[in-house]
Amino acid sequence: MDMTGEYRIAATRDVVWQALNDAEVLKACIPGCEALEWTSETTLSARVVQKIGPVKVKFNGEVELVNINAPQSYTIQGEGKGGVAGFAKGGADVVLTKDGDETILSFAAKAQVGGKIAQLGSRLIDSTAKKLANKFFSNFHEYLSDDAPAGD
Amino acid sequence: MSEQGIGARVKRKEDKRFTTGKGKYTDDVRHENQAYAAFVRSPYAHANVNGIDASEAEAMDGVIAVLNGAQLTGDEIGNIICGWAVNSKDGSPMNMGAWSALATSKVRYLGDAVAVVIAETQALARQAAEAVLVDYEVLPAVVSAVKALKSDAPQLHDNAPGNLIFDWEIGEEAATDAALAGAAHITEMKIVNNRLAPNPMEPRSAVATYDEAEEHYTLYTTSQNPHVARLILSAFYNVAPEHKLRVIAPDVGGGFGAKIYVYPEEIVCLWASMKTNRSVKWTSDRSEAFVTDAHGRDHVSTARMGFDENNKIVGFKVDTVANLGAYMSLFSSAVPTYLYATLLSGQYNIANIHCNVRTVYTNTVPVDAYRGAGRPEACYLVERMMETAARELGVDPSELRRGNFIGEFPHQTPVIMAYDAGDFAGNLDQSKEAADVAGFAARKAASVANGKLRGLGYSCYIEACGIAPSAAVGSLGAGVGLWESAEVRVNPVGTIEVLTGSHSHGQGHETTFAQVVADRFDLPIENIQIVHGDTDKVQFGMGTYGSRSAAVGLSAIVKAMDKVEAKVKKIAAHILEASEEDIVIEGGQVKVAGTDKAMGWHEVGLTAYMAHNLPEGMEPGLKEGAFYDPVNFTFPAGTYICEVEVDPETGVTTIERFTAVDDFGTIINPMIVEGQVHGGLAQGIGQAMLEGVVYDDDGQLLTGSYMDYTMPRADDLPFYKVLHNSTVCPNNPLGIKGCGEAGAIGAPPAVINAITDAIGNNDLAMPATPQNVWAAIQASGKSIAVQ
Repeated sequence: MDMTGEYRIAATRDVVWQALNDAEVLKACIPGCEALEWTSETTLSARVVQKIGPVKVKFNGEVELVNINAPQSYTIQGEGKGGVAGFAKGGADVVLTKDGDETILSFAAKAQVGGKIAQLGSRLIDSTAKKLANKFFSNFHEYLSDDAPAGD
Repeated sequence: MSEQGIGARVKRKEDKRFTTGKGKYTDDVRHENQAYAAFVRSPYAHANVNGIDASEAEAMDGVIAVLNGAQLTGDEIGNIICGWAVNSKDGSPMNMGAWSALATSKVRYLGDAVAVVIAETQALARQAAEAVLVDYEVLPAVVSAVKALKSDAPQLHDNAPGNLIFDWEIGEEAATDAALAGAAHITEMKIVNNRLAPNPMEPRSAVATYDEAEEHYTLYTTSQNPHVARLILSAFYNVAPEHKLRVIAPDVGGGFGAKIYVYPEEIVCLWASMKTNRSVKWTSDRSEAFVTDAHGRDHVSTARMGFDENNKIVGFKVDTVANLGAYMSLFSSAVPTYLYATLLSGQYNIANIHCNVRTVYTNTVPVDAYRGAGRPEACYLVERMMETAARELGVDPSELRRGNFIGEFPHQTPVIMAYDAGDFAGNLDQSKEAADVAGFAARKAASVANGKLRGLGYSCYIEACGIAPSAAVGSLGAGVGLWESAEVRVNPVGTIEVLTGSHSHGQGHETTFAQVVADRFDLPIENIQIVHGDTDKVQFGMGTYGSRSAAVGLSAIVKAMDKVEAKVKKIAAHILEASEEDIVIEGGQVKVAGTDKAMGWHEVGLTAYMAHNLPEGMEPGLKEGAFYDPVNFTFPAGTYICEVEVDPETGVTTIERFTAVDDFGTIINPMIVEGQVHGGLAQGIGQAMLEGVVYDDDGQLLTGSYMDYTMPRADDLPFYKVLHNSTVCPNNPLGIKGCGEAGAIGAPPAVINAITDAIGNNDLAMPATPQNVWAAIQASGKSIAVQ
């Protein structure tokens, strides 16, 4: 399943880029994220709880940043394992474009699920994935627009 | 006593316990110190297993053990086998890939088990199963059999290059090609038979107990054939020696074929009960059933049928690719070959038939027999071809069939089967009248006036039941004989227990079998008890599948009753001082015909067991056993007519009329037979309009719950008209053909022929969901024509 979207953020590209590389910011914006910690310069460990259809799953996974082209773009990708509930993996190509003092964030994301999540929730996956992707980027947009201090 | 004998609508004896919640199913069995199993299953369709870390699960309170495939094979538990050897046409044996009950190094379908957790409660076992970490290295998967044959497809088993299990043929290819070359008209179709999930109401379950002191195992399980299960578990899987293993299949809530096989779960529960010295229970939930119960059907075929200028069929050539899933299940090889291609002659005189079948591994649940098993695939192919051919030739579909019907019996087809009796034209006439085909044009005009489409479709099905003559199936590769056994015990007080090797899982044997005994000895049905489903109680028997219980199982009972009757007459003749030939049994008495000399039935029993005064040399007791091996298959046949109305704007289709005329031979209990037909039709209509297993390209199951896999419900089905046109089967003592599968075999082509008639497009795949029907209407341009 593929999703794309675009947000205009009232912050400079450098600020946006910094936020995109800040684990605390990402943790606050990823829906259901309980923990997100750097394990190297480009990898993070994550714990995310999600409800997909009738299945509530706790994913433990790795998030990796690749194709880094600061401060313009990167690809954020990850795979989470939810035990017998199955797995989810996905990624998003994120591009930041300067527009005066503001920044246009555009993304193209992919998601795939397997196991019981797919068995029980297949018809809900597309809408759930879309909702989660939009939720993340809208959280992120709000976070920067509110000018909240990084960290919380 | 005819109100309880053969032909009587006796209410089912077993329904008292079933309808009051007193049935005793496998999951109702609970032992002291009961432990529970939960399986760790692969969420991937295809992956290498590089390691299993069970340390967290093992450390959890209440977890007794976590066991894996390496331990299983280390204990020399054997691989799961296919019990019917089918060779390729070049003589090479089928390529059976290794199937361990717990996967060791590789998983091949979503749901393949890699480990099992044994814990104090079911909830704990499941929780601990979530904590077992499996290191999977994901491999590319293939789910379509046609794609699996392509050169770049992922490979499942090293010993099955190209994923090909066997490449088999039946019939004469050269003669069929020549006949087709000379045909005046050829009808050609590509036909897909959709994959189905079996969905018996009761999910599978197993309770295994090891008695350390006796070195003895007991397995309660949801089986259609407990003796076969015991034989396989001991002889092939090496779980326990046969005399140290008792298998009990208590009340079983539906099977439809899915409960014939021995699955990994039963093997693992037995083995785990020994490893842990605990009684181990596993009960599938519905989600687990979708990814572990053997699926059915899944054929892709191309077919060519040739006609001469008089519309007589001259040749029929079929090429089929059959998806057998990730491993070969117990009878998986026989279903798309000897249970399928041998029925491609249908009800018709066809001199030349050739069928080639390639069976293929894919990363899907194993495929095996499901209600009808091969015969629905054959019937669907033949009957869609006939209907389409009639449309192309511009003749009435029923008349095209009639002109090609076999009218004389016995009839040897070019594909092994020798039909013994039938009245195909009679079935057609009776069904056309009952369906009021004559009034169809007027009903269609009324539908059109309402902006709807209306169509009528036929299906003249034939199937082979009474499975099966042992020597015949043995010569075709079967690893078992398919006879049946019975023991008739007359107690000292005259009541009777019948021990049958057949197994009832909803069919009503406790009633119909008792009716036959009541009829024979003129006794009240209440005095007769049918005993089945326990290897410690019942002699070795072959179980129930392939509509065989009445035709084969009852025949064994009849043979045993012959022996009982002979002994009863000898005893009575001795006591009453008469000739055996003059003894008659009626009204609870054993009499000397034409005199008032008589003794009670119960007195004969007592005499036999007292043994104070028996004919010289006679053994005491009154108990006889028999084995019956059929001399031929039986051939139930019939005509089904379906009439549908289709909304061209939405594709929504309703079945307006469904008429079934069946020839089942002798009918013991018409009420039960009608119930079997109703259920079979529901499953056949389910396949035609609602059901279909769908995997995505990665092998994820998209139809894994009732939200996505549509089971037929009452409001999807019409009020059926179910009628009979019986010809007696000449090859078994009661003249029975069998009725268990007919509805599921005959219904799908009738439904699709009706819908394609309505929409004017022959290219419609099952299930005919509103979306599929709407798309076919758009392709045909019919939506515009109506407006």
